[in-house]
Amino acid sequence: MDANLRRSIILDNYQNPINRGLIDEEGYIKVNANNESCIDELNFIIKIKDNIIEDIRFDGEACAIATSAASVMIKALIHKNVDEALNIINNYENMINEKNYDSKILGEANAYDEIYKQPNRKKCALLSWSNLKNALEQFKKNN
Amino acid sequence: MNIREEFPMLSKNIIYFDNGATTFKPQMVIDEICDYYKNYSANAHRGDYNISLKTDMMYENARKKIKDLINASSAEEIIFTSGATEGLNMVVEGFFGKILKENDEILLTKSEHASNILPWFRLCKKNKCKIKYIDLDENYKVTLDNVQKAVSSNTKVISLAHITNVVGDIRPIKEIVEYAHSLGILVVVDGAQSVPHMKVDVQDLDCDFLAFSGHKMCGPTGIGVLYGKFDLLDSMEPYNLGGGMNLSFSSTGEVEYKSLPQRLEAGTPNIAGAIGMGAAADYLKILDLDKIHEYEVKLREYLVMKLKALDNIEVYNESSESGIVAFNIKNIFSQDTAIYLNDYNICVRAGSHCAKILKDELEIKNTCRISLYFYNTKEEIDKLISVLKNSDTLFNQIL
Repeated sequence: MDANLRRSIILDNYQNPINRGLIDEEGYIKVNANNESCIDELNFIIKIKDNIIEDIRFDGEACAIATSAASVMIKALIHKNVDEALNIINNYENMINEKNYDSKILGEANAYDEIYKQPNRKKCALLSWSNLKNALEQFKKNN
Repeated sequence: MNIREEFPMLSKNIIYFDNGATTFKPQMVIDEICDYYKNYSANAHRGDYNISLKTDMMYENARKKIKDLINASSAEEIIFTSGATEGLNMVVEGFFGKILKENDEILLTKSEHASNILPWFRLCKKNKCKIKYIDLDENYKVTLDNVQKAVSSNTKVISLAHITNVVGDIRPIKEIVEYAHSLGILVVVDGAQSVPHMKVDVQDLDCDFLAFSGHKMCGPTGIGVLYGKFDLLDSMEPYNLGGGMNLSFSSTGEVEYKSLPQRLEAGTPNIAGAIGMGAAADYLKILDLDKIHEYEVKLREYLVMKLKALDNIEVYNESSESGIVAFNIKNIFSQDTAIYLNDYNICVRAGSHCAKILKDELEIKNTCRISLYFYNTKEEIDKLISVLKNSDTLFNQIL
């Protein structure tokens, strides 16, 4: 991806993230995402109905990479069914970890395709995605 | 010789502003540590052969150097630990664990480091005692007045950092101790950020315990000291039991412990660490801690003046008199600032700096922290300022 486009996607999602702010409503699953190696701390709520992700919202304090990645992730996963979402997450994780992945299904998330060049930022880019993955896998087990 | 030339790490083209986390080591400290490993590497308190006797002598000599550094009345009052954290845990568990009872109160502040809070949390669960927080004033400082307001007839101990690691305020320990002792209250001091930066005289302060770390004062990591008044240390339950601390024990479970300081130093100590820390104490004495403090205060004034001249910077602890400055670039997450500065080889710390309940007071959770030491210079500060001044392009650079 072109460097300017990559930067503008990350910056735009950092400065104007989607669905920021939690709401107190029934039917949401809570997910905490704390980065053990730094100070990123994000909280998510997800609403899944009939196996479709209807809503994801988040709040918290984190760096530009972690915050923007949360916003990009929400856009990518909302309205997908749980298995589709897990597939997108797996491909995203593969991209960050320099494995084979399908860039076509990642959309804006391709903006993080060079994070591997800064190993200390990989955890920032993965923080929300990996925690959402755990939550979705847990959901599958319970339902 | 320029003191900067004595530090190998200072020749690596980096600007190191994270001295509150750890400090660089002068060659003489490194040499002392290597000398032990290369020329007389034996265990302490054991052998009848020359190198072991030399080890013994050097280890006990290091203890004397630390005793002199903080002006303790005797070397028996100097207990080597792995660092300030271990020292504080030893005091909380080994001393106060034995005496605090239900409803007894411990006074802390919300700007304490985790190692002066979490051990007390655990003790409170076990002994059903309570923690009360001394109010901080508008500059996040502790005043004697606020200590007096927080004290009750149940207060048994006040445990405070001498200098806090985020706000950098120097607490009026001597006055607090005098007041506390008049009511029979003991005072524990976390000296991790003070002993390396200013003259700390435990007899003058009259504090009951003082814990600090070697690596924050030009010494090696993994070594620290717990000072305690002899009678208090003497009644302390050893945190660790094992070799080197017992006189005799029998199969029926009877044990006789050694006297201080060995009783509180079970197992093979960090010998190289202690010797290195002793060398660091020598080094600071030569430089003169009063001069170090004076230099750091001036350097800080310069830094704060320069930071305040920038529109895009917010400083949180303008009035502190130590080398610690907490700031943010406005509207930028502290970690992004730290990553940006790293591009210019400037090392600062971002985060809550282990003082996770200070956010209740500061109303901001994360800051960038600059913590100066005597080897930092105005030129380094000028470089930082020019990088911060031109930080409009921060995201272009770090993304």
